[in-house]
Order: sequence, then C-alpha cells, then structure tokens
Amino acid sequence: MTARPRRIGERDDIGRTPAVEREIDMESLDRRRRVAGLGLVVLTVAGGLTACSGSSGGDAPAGDAPAGGASQAAGGGTYTIWDPYPQFDDSSDWVKLLGQCGTQAGVTVKRTGYDTTDLTNKALLAAQQGNSPDVLIVDNPVVSTLAEAGVLTSTDETKIDTSAASPNLLAAGQIGGKTYGIPIGANTLALYYNKDVLKKAGVDADGVRDWASLTAALEKVKAAGKKGITFSAIGTEEGSFQFLPWFWGSGANLTKLDSPEGVAALSLWTDWVKKGYAPNSVINNTQTTSWQEFATGDFAFAENGTWQLANAKKAGFPYGIIPIPAKDGGTAPAPTGGEFVSIPVQQDTARYAVSQKLVTCLASTDNSLATDTTLSYIAPTEEVQAKQVEQNPDLKVWVEAVKAAKGRTSDNLGTKYPKISEPLWKATQAALSGSQPPQEALAAAQTAAASATQ
Amino acid sequence: MEHATRTPAPPPAGDRRERAPARGQGGVRRALTRRNRPGQWAAWAFLTPLVVYLLAFYAYPLYRNVELSLRDYTVRSFVRGDAPFTGLANYLKVVRDATFGPALWHTVVFTVVSLVFQFTIGLALAMFFTRRFRLSATLRALFLVPWLLPLIVSSSTWSWMLNSDSGVVNAVLGAVGLVPVHWLTSPDWALWSVTIANIWIGIPFNLVVLHSGLQAIPAQVHEAAEIDGATGWTRFRRVTFPLLRPVSAITLLLGLVYTLKVFDIIWIMTKGGPSGASTTLATWSYRLGFGNLLPAFGPGAAVGNLLIVIALVFGLVYIRVQRRQGTA
Repeated sequence: MTARPRRIGERDDIGRTPAVEREIDMESLDRRRRVAGLGLVVLTVAGGLTACSGSSGGDAPAGDAPAGGASQAAGGGTYTIWDPYPQFDDSSDWVKLLGQCGTQAGVTVKRTGYDTTDLTNKALLAAQQGNSPDVLIVDNPVVSTLAEAGVLTSTDETKIDTSAASPNLLAAGQIGGKTYGIPIGANTLALYYNKDVLKKAGVDADGVRDWASLTAALEKVKAAGKKGITFSAIGTEEGSFQFLPWFWGSGANLTKLDSPEGVAALSLWTDWVKKGYAPNSVINNTQTTSWQEFATGDFAFAENGTWQLANAKKAGFPYGIIPIPAKDGGTAPAPTGGEFVSIPVQQDTARYAVSQKLVTCLASTDNSLATDTTLSYIAPTEEVQAKQVEQNPDLKVWVEAVKAAKGRTSDNLGTKYPKISEPLWKATQAALSGSQPPQEALAAAQTAAASATQ
Repeated sequence: MEHATRTPAPPPAGDRRERAPARGQGGVRRALTRRNRPGQWAAWAFLTPLVVYLLAFYAYPLYRNVELSLRDYTVRSFVRGDAPFTGLANYLKVVRDATFGPALWHTVVFTVVSLVFQFTIGLALAMFFTRRFRLSATLRALFLVPWLLPLIVSSSTWSWMLNSDSGVVNAVLGAVGLVPVHWLTSPDWALWSVTIANIWIGIPFNLVVLHSGLQAIPAQVHEAAEIDGATGWTRFRRVTFPLLRPVSAITLLLGLVYTLKVFDIIWIMTKGGPSGASTTLATWSYRLGFGNLLPAFGPGAAVGNLLIVIALVFGLVYIRVQRRQGTA
C-alpha cells in the first residue's frame, strides 16, 4: 500500500534528489491519511477481539436460530429435537428412530445434532430467546444446571414415567426432589488391559482387586520393559471425570476435597507418574489421546469408557476389561456418563402432550435396546441391560460398572458440582506436574471450591 | 404524447445549469447544491451497507459484551434476562481472582516474546529475500505455509511434536544425549512451548509485510549510501531500518493485537495448563464463559473487555507516535 505512489513518481529523467524529495512529501501525506485510517483499523480489530472474548455468545442465536425457530413457525405439525450426536446423519438408525417416534405420535420431527460441549450454551441461549426445542437430549451433569435455570420441565409436570430407570442413573437428573428427564443410556469407566503385555510381565488381571495389587502389577509391567497405565488428567471436565473413580474409590466425598482419602487418591496418581508407571503425557491427555496411547500396544492398562469397545476390537491385540478397583478392594463407583431426554419449558404448554409421547417412545424397552446398541451405551433399565448382556457377553463387566456408578451431580450437589470439579481438576494437574504436593493442591482446591459454592 | 413532451425537457434544464456560471456567483452555488444533492444521497447509499455492517457486527457485540460484564449473570438470570446491574463488581472479582496476576503476566510474556522473535526473524528473512536468486519466489511462498494452515492443524501438529513420550522433539533430544523435556506437561515449559509455536505461526505475516516494505525503499537511497561508503550493517542500521519504520510500526501493532487474543493455539496445545501455567487472559476469558459446565458469562466478558482495552491503549499510543512523527 505504501509502495505504489512512490514507484509511479520515479522516472529516469528526473534528477535523483527531487525524486526523493517528492517521495518524502508524498510519504508524509500518505502518513497522515494512514493515521486517520488507523483509528478505524484499531477499532475494527479491537471489535474483532470481542468475537474471541468468549462472551459475544449472546448474539449467536441470530445465526443458530433456524432449528428452534422452526418449532414456532411450523406450529402443530413439527416438533424439534436437539441431540448431542452430530456423528449420526439422516441415514443413521438413530435419526430413523426419531422419525418413527414422530410418526407414531402423529407429528413430523425436525432433528438437529450439536457438539456436546456446545449444546449447553445453545440450550441456554434458545431458552433466552424463547425458542427452545420440544425435546432436548443433553449430557447428564448439565441437567441440573438447565433445571436450575428454569429451562426444563419436571417429569411430574409432563407425566413421564421414570420408574423403570435405575435410581443411581436417575439421580443425576434429580434436584430438590424433582426429576428433570429420563436417562437414555449410560456409559462409565473401567480398566481395559492388554493381555499380551500382562502375560509378558507375569501379571494376572484377575488378581488386580485393589490399589495395592494394581500398583504392584504396574511395577511388574515396568520391570518387563512395558508401560503401565494411561488415563486422562487434562484440565477440563474430562480430567475430573477420570479422576473420580479413584477419588470415590478411596471413600472421599466431593464436599471435602482435601480429606485424607482424597489425598490418598491423588497421591496414587502422582506416585504412578513419578515412578514412571504412568506417562507424563497424562496431564495433557484427553480420553481420546489416552486411548491412542493404549492402542499402540505398549501399555498394560488404560482407564477408558464403554464407547471405546468398538475401537478395542480393532486394536489388533487381545484385550480384557476389569472394573476400576476401590482402594481396599471391590468396585469403585465410577461417574456415569450418558444423556438425559428432557422436555424444555414451552410457552405453549399444549405441546407437552406430544413431546411426552416422543420421550416415552425413545425410552421404551425395544427402542432403548436399539438406541443403546447404536450409541454403545448401557441401557438405564435392568430389563434392557439383561437383554444387552444376552446379545453381547462382553458387556457384563460394563453393566456391573454402571450399577456401581454414581452421577457427578448426585448427592444433591446439582449446580455446585461444576464449581467443585474445576478446582479438583486444577489440583490434579498441579500434583501430577509436580508444582504442588497432593495435600497442598487439594487444600487449595477445597478453599476455592468452598468459596465458589457458598 | 406525454412521453414526447417529457423527453426534450431535460436538455433545457441541463442547459440552464451549464449556462448558470455565466450568471454570476449566486447561480453557481445554487446550481452546485442542486447538483450535489442526488450525489450526496448516492454517497449515503454506498455508505449504508458498511455502516449497517459495522453496527450489526461490531458495535452491537461490543455493546453486548460491555453489558454482560456489568451484570450479575447466573444461568437463571441469563435465561430470564433479569440479571441485576452490579456495576464493576465483575471486574473487581476478576482482578482479585488468584488467576488474574499469573494470566496477565503470561499474556505479557507470551506477547512480548512472540513479537520480538516474529519480528526479528521475519525481518531477517525479508532482508534475505530482497536478493534475487533462483527459486526465491518459490521459497518465499513455502514460508507462507504456516500462515495458511488452519490453526487447528498447526497447533495439533505442534502438540504431537512436543509430546513428552512420543514426540519427535524429545526423540531428537534423546538421540543427541539430552534429557527429555516435558514441553506441554511441565509448568516451567508449557508457556514457552506455546510461545514457540506462536512465533513459528507468526513469522510469515512479518515476512510478507516487511518484505513489501523493503521493496518500497527506493534503490537510489541505497546507492547513495553506498557511494558515501556505508557498509552492509551501517546501511541496514542507518538507511533501511529508519525508512522501514512506518511499516515496522504497523506490523508490530497488528502483531500485538493478534497475539493478545491468541486463543486456539494455547487451547489446543495445553488448555492453559498444566494447572494454569500457560493461561493467558484470552484463554481465561473463554474458560470462564464456556470451559466449564456452569458458564460465568459476566466475569468472562469482563476479562474479554480488559483485553480490548489493552489493545486499544497500544493502538492509541501508536497513533500518537505516528502523529508526532508526522508533524516533526
């Protein structure tokens, strides 16, 4: 931009000095113009900053409205469903099932799949704009947040029968004695192990029943030249999700992070990293990258979820699954993953009747079996769980893990859970990276959590 | 018939206007304003899309962001739209937060170190490419690759390369007998790792802008300096660098604004961790607003606004310096 005017003024027959002078003249003119233009540039660029500042989200629905807007525009005939399964397109069994349930209820279903981390904010914004979907399928720890925001109806209001669902799964959607949805399926964590690696190290997987025997097994694996265990301790909700089986398995409670039990759990992880039983990369591992490490075939154990079953079969080595052991033996309660089907609050309450039919259809025994097989989930009812194990005996260990599992927002924590979870994952990172010893890290976390949940 | 009578009408009007100047000063002014009015409307018509665009996509989001930061938003009040006005409470909360000090410091280190290296390396490469040699254009195009790659690709690649256990960087360190470094998982190294990645990504921008700036410096000046006996380094220091100053200043300003708000690189590589060791104001703002199951929109917006203010301050400093230079 600065170059062009000067070049044109340049001619061979013009003396050198005048040319330079003219350029200087033009430059200063140019510069003044540039200064004036710059005010605009700075403002514009600074304005661009807001787009990244994480709070202009309030304007998003303008662009994202169509799905929700359609529910209002089209009126009686069309019902909108939002789900966190963007991996399924219209040809998938899941979307076909949604269509069938709509047909049974005599309406057309318009479905939109969102990324699961996106869906909370989308749902909040839609509620703010008054164009919530008719049926919302949402990650279980988010249910209490949305319920507290007044976005969801309770199952009493919409007459949804939740009696068949396992109480420990249903608990994640209960707050203040009311239930705000019905679980569509559950997943949880367990330990995958590589049979070849254990054999080489002379470890019997069935002998791993508590923390001591697990640590001993890891020691043997390391001595045999292989890698011990991989998990995800990343600084997000995923990190807390993976740490909770150990935290709860020690007997600790989320209301007191720095209890001796909690410190024992964090010390277990920290010692594994220090002694090289677990790689340093766990600090940055998501559950997916952690799985990729296990899939290399070098690791003896990996803490991961039901959803990796299909990948485990493709891994190319024989694998087994054991429940995560509690400190002194037995199965540790792992946190439940999986979604709830819920009905967001509508201005036109007459819509609930059809929405109720849609939800009931999705949660019915036959459909539940199909859905949970598609999603690689464990069903929320004992009846369907039994059918799943009948079809695939591999799932037995998972069904047991789900029975022992516990919702993160259970214990009536509700919306306090996120405020406790963040200090918890921070403490985990601090201890694993060596910046604070476990005791100190958890004490700081407890202080932060206590002040946040006041 | 009407048509016929109307068609010849304009020429006389035009005639009158053409002849007007001859009738003296008053006529000129009247004719000018009359002629300008439609022109003015056209000007406004051309301006409107831009103004509407600016209002809709800059002014309104900015206003919303400021408004968000001044109210106490909980998830409930966000949905109902009845969040109480709390003045600067969110700002106070953010500034008093234990994360604020480190995040600000990380932002400063990340920005300054990135800018210094991006600019120095970019300028060195730009100087190198002012020489004409075979394949120089091809090579220069190749240097643009980091800039053209989507950030998700380059950041993921960096995080693979810097992986403690399976990364190629540690493999190389191991091969030459050095101890492996926990690039992304040690609180001492995480900030440096993301800074290195950001420098790599920012070099092409500096290279391109500075290169075109160098092209604009007339060859005669260099010839004159050479005749006066200035050697390479003196010529660079006394001629090239001062003449490049306006371009350098805008490069650095744009780099600064860009680097302040860098989010994707850090988020993909470390998520601001471990335990906050690479958290900058930009990643903190995102984490507050979206990184948790329970969004804190108010404080998130407050941090975002602080970032805007910092960028604006440097922008204004730049304008001031430019103006002083312009008048000097």
